[in-house]
Amino acid sequence: MDRNNKQKDSCPNASPLRDVAAQAADPTNLSKFAMTQSEVHATITPPHSPHPHKERKWQDYFTFNTDHKVIGIQYLVTSFVFFAIGGTMADVIRTELRTPASDLVSPELYNQLLTLHGTIMIFLWIIPAGAGLANFLIPLMIGARDMAFPKMNAMAFWMLPPAGILLVLSILVDAPQAGWTSYPPLSLMTGKVGEGIWIFTLLFLGTSSILGAINFFTTIMKMRVPSMDLNSMPLFCWSMVATSALILIGTPVLAGALILLAFDLLAGTAFFNPTGGGDPIVYQHMFWFYSHPAVYIMILPLFGAISEIIPVHSRKPIFGYLAIAYSSLAISFLGLIVWAHHMFTSGTPAWLRMFFMITTMVIAVPTGIKVFSWLATMWGGKIALNSPMLFAMGFVGEFVIGGISGVMVAAVPFDIHVHDTYFIVAHLHYVLFGGSVFGIYAAIYHWFPKMTGRMMNEPLGIIHFILTLIGMNLTFMPMHALGLQGMNRRIALYDPQFQPLNELCTIGSYILAVSTIPFLINAVWSWMKGQPAGDNPWNALTLEWQTSSPPEIENFETLPVLAWGPYDYGIDRFPEEAEPPLTSPELQPESSALS
Amino acid sequence: MLAGIGLTLVSIWYGQNHGLMPVEASKDAELVDGLFNTMMIVGTAIFLLVEGVILICMFRFRRKPGDTTDGPPIAGNIPLEILWTAIPVVIVLVIGVYSFEVYRIEGGFDPEAANQSPVQVAMLPGTGMSDIMTAPSLNAAPHKGHHHMALGVGGTPEELQTAPDLTVTVLGLQYAWIFTYPDSGVTTGELHVPVDKDVRLIIKAQDVLHAFWLPQFRLKQDAIPGQDAELRFRPSREGEYPIVCAELCGPYHGAMGSKMYVQAPDEFDTWMQQQVASQPNSDQTVAVSDQPALGSPSEDAAYLAPFANQVGIEVDHLQQLHSMHAAL
Repeated sequence: MDRNNKQKDSCPNASPLRDVAAQAADPTNLSKFAMTQSEVHATITPPHSPHPHKERKWQDYFTFNTDHKVIGIQYLVTSFVFFAIGGTMADVIRTELRTPASDLVSPELYNQLLTLHGTIMIFLWIIPAGAGLANFLIPLMIGARDMAFPKMNAMAFWMLPPAGILLVLSILVDAPQAGWTSYPPLSLMTGKVGEGIWIFTLLFLGTSSILGAINFFTTIMKMRVPSMDLNSMPLFCWSMVATSALILIGTPVLAGALILLAFDLLAGTAFFNPTGGGDPIVYQHMFWFYSHPAVYIMILPLFGAISEIIPVHSRKPIFGYLAIAYSSLAISFLGLIVWAHHMFTSGTPAWLRMFFMITTMVIAVPTGIKVFSWLATMWGGKIALNSPMLFAMGFVGEFVIGGISGVMVAAVPFDIHVHDTYFIVAHLHYVLFGGSVFGIYAAIYHWFPKMTGRMMNEPLGIIHFILTLIGMNLTFMPMHALGLQGMNRRIALYDPQFQPLNELCTIGSYILAVSTIPFLINAVWSWMKGQPAGDNPWNALTLEWQTSSPPEIENFETLPVLAWGPYDYGIDRFPEEAEPPLTSPELQPESSALS
Repeated sequence: MLAGIGLTLVSIWYGQNHGLMPVEASKDAELVDGLFNTMMIVGTAIFLLVEGVILICMFRFRRKPGDTTDGPPIAGNIPLEILWTAIPVVIVLVIGVYSFEVYRIEGGFDPEAANQSPVQVAMLPGTGMSDIMTAPSLNAAPHKGHHHMALGVGGTPEELQTAPDLTVTVLGLQYAWIFTYPDSGVTTGELHVPVDKDVRLIIKAQDVLHAFWLPQFRLKQDAIPGQDAELRFRPSREGEYPIVCAELCGPYHGAMGSKMYVQAPDEFDTWMQQQVASQPNSDQTVAVSDQPALGSPSEDAAYLAPFANQVGIEVDHLQQLHSMHAAL
């Protein structure tokens, strides 16, 4: 606060954020404006604010609030709660698998745990966490005051807790136990109550996801500040365009599959039930038509977040902006035509297996473009090895392992061997834990100062990173070998020859459990007592850093005008040189004439 | 340059010496392993490249304390970007064609496995096999009409001209595999096949989805209620191999397994004769329609017992299953 006041005194008109009309009328602002850009803690509060700001009360976070920033944090905190629940289940599963016999929980409970673990981690942890980041960041990044449909946004969030609580509590009655894929006929035979709750929960969560996606897409398309065209959007927004498209196309098909499954389950129809002439393979097609894109729904937002984090902490422009932006769209499109690679050993004809093999492999190309672009961004930069950057580098390093094994399992003859084995478990966790979860952690460490106005503790963050990296690799790397050697997945008891590697995995999973402790302490303590962050602690260029931390309720006092590209690092932004790096061509000559 | 050569050599070495795959018990397995090794070479190279670049960045491009300036404003390099788009395109194209070829030689395009041609009827030596072991309710499913699904890996292109040497019907049910030899009417709980013969398995499911997996043969096929699937292969190595169910089929999914014995032809014949002698009624056809198709999985042992007796599983096989369940 003192800093802000001081700055106001010394340079009263200096704010990078300008009303468009004022900008045009008063070009002198521009040169002044350039002077503060390099200041670490630029202010956005004009000297004489007509209205005193309303303060955000803590109670607001527990109510139906339409502020996208509140909703974003609601999503993130809720998803972390479910992460903890799903993670506890994972550790029970790993403890059970420490020995070959089924000795800790009953096999029925084991199947319930693996079903809930998968469902919670996908639908209540990674997808909502991505939605939380998108909610918090999109309006700030594009200079909007809120999302396009604030009430719908709040509604989308508030569908989450009841559905999630219902699903978790189902374990007290009769939890679903047919796996998160819930293939019929098994899912029709393992208890109506649990399966019914599972279907109901997923319909709720899917609806919430669709409402969120409508909001993201509309907001990005319609509510950017006038000076921001599509190709000067932050890459996170590009990735959310791609994600929203997938959600909007895929989720209704999942809803269709679930409703038909519910009819089979509750009304005795036979859409998928072979005893009545139904076809269980049709369910698999419908399910994976959503659930493969769901993988990209889970990873694309974090691709976007990583594209934001790496340039800031490397102090270099993102390498190949357009390639990264359009590769998100390519992944989104290709993601829609690869679903049957989950069914290579199922009821699929040979030509279909070959078609889906090729499309799946082709996805490696846009994904590779992203990975290589991130590496090139870091190369030659001035890298700050702080917690967000470490997690971002960890993301690239771990995700690439999942990508390599992903191309392998796309090859039909090899997939026939490893399908439904621990090789797949290893692959998917490298993508979703090494990828998405590392990405979420990187994003939390990066944007925590913006969300709370306080810095996170660095030593605790580094301890968290090291424990997570070790635990992750110890848990999931041996699973590759287990799967290749012949250990199938979703089993409560296994051949004793696999015990040594399973013990390693179990130890790794305990390290992962422990790794969350420094994070939780860090997050809670920093939120209350952390060092004040200032507006722009990373000296970043995207718009969310040009407002206060935490941002005021309406985000920006006056709507900002884009003065530089989102990644214009290393380009003259120093007051001595007084040459503002303007991206708007029509503003450039004016300002240079002035200076 | 030197690093590049080193990286290539390490990748080629590791790709062939990873020791991750189990024994290869057929020609098909060797083909699949060749594909896997190739992908391991490429994968290891990419892995080392990416992790290497990350580590170099961590140490060489670390920000010096007190340095608040930005790095060089390099925002792209079109030739480099074209290069790292083109190389993955070539790699996936090569791996794609290689996989296609392996799948073709394995027999993935066998039109009979694809159930596309009516040849199937001619190929079967009128044993009425399709009636055996199939619950009438399932058999009535209208899948005879639309045989356009490729279910499984069929015969190699050369083998397509000839009928298989041995056909065995495999039925998956919670939680066991049951094997029927249609030529002799023998029904067992474990699979015996002669070495170096062309073996065809017709895979069916009784209740829920199962998956018939032979890890040492790199073959897997889901068993789907109401739809027959096929695996055709030629074991090249005698021995005892695990049969694993690889599709979640209920709480005791982990206990659902059996053994496959690949035997010398005379050993196999001896075993077959013993089996024929011990079968109560060798041309018995068992219908299981009196069992609820969608039963409660928790009563699996009780569910299995009468059924197993009916189909003539030896008592000790049943004991095995029971002891497995008891261990749970």
